[in-house]
Amino acid sequence: MTSNEDVIMATSPRELTQNPLKKIWMPCKNGMPEKHISQRRVCMTNCPTLIVTVGLPARGKTYISKKLTRYLNWIGVPTKEFNVGQYRRDCVKIYKSYEFFHPENEEGLKIRKQCALTALNDVRQYLTVEGGQVAVFDATNTTRERRRTITRFAEQNSFKVFFVESVCEDPDVIAENIVQVKLGSPDYIDCNTEEAIEDFMKRIKCYENSYQPLDEVLDRDLSYIKVMDVGRRYLVNRVLDHIQSRIVYYLMNIHITPRSIYLSRHGESDLNVKGRIGGDSGLSGRGKEFATCLGKFIQEQNIRDLKVWTSQMKRTIQTAEAVAVPYEQWKALNEIDAGVCEEMRYEEIQEHFPLEFALRDQDKYRYRYPKGESYEDLVQRLEPVIMELERQENILVICHQAVMRCLLAYFLDKSAEELPYLKCPLHTVLKLTPVAYGCKVESVCLKVEAVNTHRDRPENVDTSRMPEEALVTVPAHQ
Amino acid sequence: MSQTESKKETKKETKMDTKTETKKETKTETKKETKLTQNPLEKIWIPFLSSKLNQRRGSSVPQFTNSPTMIVMVGLPARGKTYISKKLTRYLNWIGVPTKVFNVGQYRRDATQSYKSYEFFRPDNQEAMKIRKACAIAALKDVCSYFTQEQGQVAVFDATNTTTERREVILSFAKDNGYKVFFIESLCDDPGIISENIKQVKLSSPDYVGCDADDAVADFLQRIDCYKITYVPLDDEKDRSLSYIKIFNVGSRYLVNQVQDHIQSRIVYYLMNIHVTPRSIYLTRHGESELNLVGRIGGDTGLSPRGNKFAGALGGYMRNQCIRELKVWTSHMKRTIQTAEALGVPYEQWKALNEIDAGVCEEMSYEEIQDRYPEEFALRDQNKYHYRYPKGESYEDLVQRLEPVIMELERQENVLVVCHQAVMRCLLAYFLDKSAAELPYLKCPLHTVLKLTPVAYGCKVESIFLNIEAVNTHRDKPVNVDVDREPGEALLTVPDHI
Repeated sequence: MTSNEDVIMATSPRELTQNPLKKIWMPCKNGMPEKHISQRRVCMTNCPTLIVTVGLPARGKTYISKKLTRYLNWIGVPTKEFNVGQYRRDCVKIYKSYEFFHPENEEGLKIRKQCALTALNDVRQYLTVEGGQVAVFDATNTTRERRRTITRFAEQNSFKVFFVESVCEDPDVIAENIVQVKLGSPDYIDCNTEEAIEDFMKRIKCYENSYQPLDEVLDRDLSYIKVMDVGRRYLVNRVLDHIQSRIVYYLMNIHITPRSIYLSRHGESDLNVKGRIGGDSGLSGRGKEFATCLGKFIQEQNIRDLKVWTSQMKRTIQTAEAVAVPYEQWKALNEIDAGVCEEMRYEEIQEHFPLEFALRDQDKYRYRYPKGESYEDLVQRLEPVIMELERQENILVICHQAVMRCLLAYFLDKSAEELPYLKCPLHTVLKLTPVAYGCKVESVCLKVEAVNTHRDRPENVDTSRMPEEALVTVPAHQ
Repeated sequence: MSQTESKKETKKETKMDTKTETKKETKTETKKETKLTQNPLEKIWIPFLSSKLNQRRGSSVPQFTNSPTMIVMVGLPARGKTYISKKLTRYLNWIGVPTKVFNVGQYRRDATQSYKSYEFFRPDNQEAMKIRKACAIAALKDVCSYFTQEQGQVAVFDATNTTTERREVILSFAKDNGYKVFFIESLCDDPGIISENIKQVKLSSPDYVGCDADDAVADFLQRIDCYKITYVPLDDEKDRSLSYIKIFNVGSRYLVNQVQDHIQSRIVYYLMNIHVTPRSIYLTRHGESELNLVGRIGGDTGLSPRGNKFAGALGGYMRNQCIRELKVWTSHMKRTIQTAEALGVPYEQWKALNEIDAGVCEEMSYEEIQDRYPEEFALRDQNKYHYRYPKGESYEDLVQRLEPVIMELERQENVLVVCHQAVMRCLLAYFLDKSAAELPYLKCPLHTVLKLTPVAYGCKVESIFLNIEAVNTHRDKPVNVDVDREPGEALLTVPDHI
């Protein structure tokens, strides 16, 4: 029929089978899935990456390390931080004074170098054997010599290196830093505030003389970002790949201005009351009551310049309407798409799709509804929301159960296993306030009754289980 | 509230009112319950009665910025300012931010007779200086009308802007009008890059039409020298309060200062991901599928026999291209993966490349849609870009979904993307700068590969039909798009199928 000779192939295309959990099409032989080629992984890097912090003490290195690690893990890039100060604390049981860090303290230098090497060893272990993709090497790394040691180590192991330097001379920022995270450090557990601050300032001085910041000329072949004055300015050099590009984008969007993020679900919906999932119904009577209470609560909080975000589903918008402030609708905040199971009760899902129901219990994070989504898909969908949340200040997000779990997992550093089972009950507002290296959570229940929509993982997750075993954890409904 | 306060209130985006104001409003709000209605085209829920607080009911894309933004290019000639201006404008328009380029050189060409020589640009040429300043002012005036009368959100002011004095003029203009300013400075001292630049875009400029290539290059280099004398780059200290990005040597290094808002952050991210390394992007749809054959949309079927043949032919074609390090991307749908399988090379599956979700219309034929949902069918014809299928997506949603794909395509070099009709239309619209009105009607037939190669300020397109017959799946906009049209009128443009 055609004269195209290229049609004749040496090998015929492989048969495809759809993985029952994630609904991914993969090649198979005799019905068994073959070793599969890549499925879109966020981290587009072929080799592991070593992120190396650089900077004097109290410049936010650990803050950046922890936050970046949390973000990368959330988007699905296995990341771990290695804090050399922690290795030092494990080695030198008791911290006496800043003199340990004196550049002429030979004993101290030996110990500190040893700690760095031990940490690098653990990095190698993590990246080559334990399946890690990114390691964050959190230390001052203020001398060119130390950085050379690290780059040599990385070259030997075929790791890419990306430096993150934090430069800051604003005394107020440094003082606030010390108050927030140094006073509570194990090093100063037995000191009073003045003593601790005095000692720490002397510690910083120990590093200052030998500090060699990344240099535009001397270090022009290195890949790095220099963060200046907590983000007023950035110098970015030689970004090599996708993951480094994402890291730079993230670092350029975070800030440390005090603010609070309020997370809440929509008010109870008509479908909630019936025990049905998904859909696009309106609020029940109690849901409307909650919306009004939410409005009152928000006013009482007297929040400066509050932004309000909703999804594009009726129930979140109805809720926001009662709060009576301008709001923005994000499609990305829509509830997880349950595909063929939309608007079903759990009992119906068990009846019509018992296999699917069991698979979901086996791996709730990765399980994708037929013609629907998985929590893993949700996280990818929500990443731009998180990025914008980082940019914003005071904000109220009115969303849905699965969506709220994903957002909460990001802020509270929850794993993929924990995420789908986080408790996000109706009519409860979570107020998240960044503090020190983490997030303070206040849970405010607005005292309006609502159904429970939380279904725990049942004991028996086998596909051969009895219906009752599957439905034992389904919450009560009409 | 005092008069000045209330003026500020209306000028800014409505923010949280004072305590007393909201208390009063909530009292009336709790009495009446706002009813919501769903806009039939975009399926967006909006309040039935409009209240002052809901001016910004929100669209499917978040608010990027509150005030119009002027992007001001800075740099000597042949540093890629116009290249960046055009590319950035194309990207911003594609993601839904109305943007326009104002190229002062073009104003100069319109104002003067014809270009004679570099002498026009000599800093001591008083006559020319007057003209050049007048052109800049005229361009600024047009920026103003673009923002105030044409609903523009971003204006890219493309000129050398190499002196502090000129930048001051722009800054005061922006301040007087309440516009934000973001500078993009391109610095380059690599003579190889500059000469390549001159070859690619200057020799063909209207200024050098009919000139000998060597003469043109010589003249242009002297033109650059004219600017060098008075060039004052953005300064770390003096310009510390300005918002800008400095790009060194086509992206090996960036200096970013005082990013103010979301749109500036997105612009910086975009600029840091683009490159000028020569490469080609291949766009194709999956091979003909079982559902294609019977005129049904969506679904997740496998390839028809002809589709399989195409997959084989695609493999042959790609091998003949002898591409260094080709990446292959597919969607998560069976038909694109089956197509890629035939290539025998590793490929990556992107969920973001999945075909547009037709919601309740999935797997229907157009005849069935007309039969079951005649109003939806008409609404789609009225505004195909913004129309969202019930429980499905719109082209507008697709673009948002595809933005990370475009960003990664910018980072990559040689890539083959095996995708779907609506998805391919969106990607193509990005590369070829097609408007939202044209996008949903771009022709992307089955069994045809589009090879896109960036050249000068745009993209060269080669269309390769791999000689394997397939159904036509392109439905043109019918003449009658009224909701009350006859079925025959609605189905007039439906392509043939089994």
